[in-house]
Amino acid sequence: MIAVLGPYAGFILLSYGAAALATFGLTVWIVLDHRRLSNTLAALEARGVTRRSARAAARLAPETPLETQA
Amino acid sequence: MISNPSLPATLRAPSPGWGTDFIANLGRAARSPGLPAADEIGYVCSLEYVEAATGACRPRPEASMSLADLANPTRFLAFAGRLIPWLAGLTLVLFIAGLALVAHSPADYLQGETVRIMYIHVPAAWLSMLTYSIMAIAALGTLVWRHPLADVAARAAAPIGATFTALALVTGSLWGRPMWGTYWEWDARLTSVLVLFIMYLGLIALWRTIEDPTRGARAAAILILVGSVNLPIIKFSVDWWNTLHQPASVFRLGGPTIDATMLIPLAAMALAFTSLLVTLHLAAMRNEILRRRIRALGLTAAGAIR
Repeated sequence: MIAVLGPYAGFILLSYGAAALATFGLTVWIVLDHRRLSNTLAALEARGVTRRSARAAARLAPETPLETQA
Repeated sequence: MISNPSLPATLRAPSPGWGTDFIANLGRAARSPGLPAADEIGYVCSLEYVEAATGACRPRPEASMSLADLANPTRFLAFAGRLIPWLAGLTLVLFIAGLALVAHSPADYLQGETVRIMYIHVPAAWLSMLTYSIMAIAALGTLVWRHPLADVAARAAAPIGATFTALALVTGSLWGRPMWGTYWEWDARLTSVLVLFIMYLGLIALWRTIEDPTRGARAAAILILVGSVNLPIIKFSVDWWNTLHQPASVFRLGGPTIDATMLIPLAAMALAFTSLLVTLHLAAMRNEILRRRIRALGLTAAGAIR
């Protein structure tokens, strides 16, 4: 393999190694970040921490459709 | 029109050009305690579309899927969740095809086998600029429409852009040593790309410095737009100055100067890298929305304790 790539095989292989490291590194980082964030969100919701907008919307008009408030 | 007496006057009375004012005022109101209409990342929707049960901005029922609907973070999360696996599969197929074409491509008559570095250096360099262009468009979205999803897009793109820029610099150096006899030369193209890399790092640092995403968004958007002046400098540096770096050989007047046996693998690799960028960007945007949702929930929990 190295012989096929000529006298500068090391530079070529290093370049492809860098590309593999960059693409896999980014992918793994984003996948692990997603897993961590999903777990954190699930844990918060399990503790009953609800979203501010949910409470605010319910407080504004729990029954009345807003279209009729003109 | 809304006439709820609990809302401030700016939200109750229509004014000339009320559409813009109304949305802007909703944004302000949403940041006031006790007033609704913004979801967890600060996204503002018309009040009649606030889902009473969940508080999410629900999409207009009569509308089909459009770009405007995707601006709804909840809908965007669902859309991204459906699309990401397909995009990941497409990226994998494109990389397999691209690498197969590279393996069967001939050696260059001058560069020899070292030309194979170009099949990753050139796409990485393209993407470093494409990613910044996406960020510049997103910055306009932040400043003109003040849409928080625009800042989510810019912020999610920055680490990806920085990585592609670093890859372009590293592979360029690894090609330069055997071909030019040096890893680095302070010529206009190399230096302007290094400035682009520093811009990416500066923007990431800026976002991390300002804790409130709404305030950080505007500062970052201004810096992104100021930095975008570097894009034409990078592109035309090889024409404006006498550089060691070669001039454009693909996107140029008169067509590409590369033979099809090398142009096709290069295009295939560029397509694979672009698909990777789209996939990672969507996934990173989804992460950023979740991160902001967690931050909002954390603030809510802290407020409740107090």
